[in-house]
Amino acid sequence: MQVPILKQGAHLIATVQSALTDADLVQLRDAIVEQVGRTRARGVIIDVTALDVVDSFATATMRDIAQMIRLRGARTVIVGIQPEVAFAMVQMGLTLEGVTTTLDLEEALEHLGERTNGKVAR
Amino acid sequence: MTDLQIVPTDSKLPLDNSAALMRELVAHLRENRTGLREEWLRRIFETELLTAMTREEVFAEATSVYDSYVEALETRTLETLQAYAQNLSERIIPRGVETHEVVGIVLLLRDVLARSLFGKYHANFKVLNAILDAYEPAANSIAITVSVGFVQQRERIIREQQEAIRELSTPVLQVRERLLILPIIGVIDPQRARQLTEQLLRGIRATRAKVVVIDITGVAAMDASVANHLVQTVEAARLLGAMVIVTGLSPEIAQTLVNIGVDLGKMNTVGDLQGGIEEAERLLGYKVIPSEVANA
Repeated sequence: MQVPILKQGAHLIATVQSALTDADLVQLRDAIVEQVGRTRARGVIIDVTALDVVDSFATATMRDIAQMIRLRGARTVIVGIQPEVAFAMVQMGLTLEGVTTTLDLEEALEHLGERTNGKVAR
Repeated sequence: MTDLQIVPTDSKLPLDNSAALMRELVAHLRENRTGLREEWLRRIFETELLTAMTREEVFAEATSVYDSYVEALETRTLETLQAYAQNLSERIIPRGVETHEVVGIVLLLRDVLARSLFGKYHANFKVLNAILDAYEPAANSIAITVSVGFVQQRERIIREQQEAIRELSTPVLQVRERLLILPIIGVIDPQRARQLTEQLLRGIRATRAKVVVIDITGVAAMDASVANHLVQTVEAARLLGAMVIVTGLSPEIAQTLVNIGVDLGKMNTVGDLQGGIEEAERLLGYKVIPSEVANA
């Protein structure tokens, strides 16, 4: 299952639509990290609203993506973790440390806007 | 639903014989309805059962119970009696009728009827035996059905009340746009902790909260597992995109949290609820100024 990655202004939005295998996750990671450079995106939003299970590999991959993207010069926001999923993740000790999370897409865009809309002035 | 077990212990008696005996028994109880009911009522008042009800009420209920009882013996099914017992329990539990009273009156009726059987058949020991063989198991199942029905009804009410108390005990309140407070008062057991987390996470989603203040001033102490749960709740809220501020930690709870080795970088704590709300407003970009200062 391929995850579509859309460009919206200065940001990339990847919406996960169904459960992902480990291979899908790796493929998503590579695609996002590559596209961030190509499109000169300043923010990446990964929408996981549709996921009802997030395992340790998925958590680790999301953390990796956030860190790699950081190194590529952009920010990552994970969006739409469901309440039950959040609690299950915490109970398994999967806490996505250092990764920004927001309730929905709107929040994420607002958050990225605050961070990336810096103007260059003379 | 259980059917009455009416199997004679005396193997010489054929089964259909017991049905005939039961018919005779029922006829006897119908015939002497008034007398037996009076006797039963007399015994109820004598043992001071059902004192929460007036004499008239006891009389009315006793009549219905007597008729359902005889009907259960006749039809050999407990459904009607079960339904009646449930209905009766619903009416009398709020009046403060106790379990021992309900069990007591049913056993009294059983006793009254058995005595009248003794009285009628005492001349013929063999028939008396056969009659009791048919009567005893049936009377036992009736007594069990009524008592169990009463206890079940009671337990159902207790469960409902517990549920209501639990829900009332963890209000998630919105104090400003995108700011929730969750005041916790009393003892937190693991079950309440779980429910609290669920309600908070759902509340965050529903109100799109950005900051949550959990106030535990009213919690004197918590054990390590509940403290851990609190930390997990804070983390889970963060995954949903909300920031959590915990306020009002007592020295004991602070001790517990330090003992279980909480990463304090993850926990945003403020001394009291007022401070917590002020901090939350600051995070949300509110600034509260007294009106005379603002107008000046």
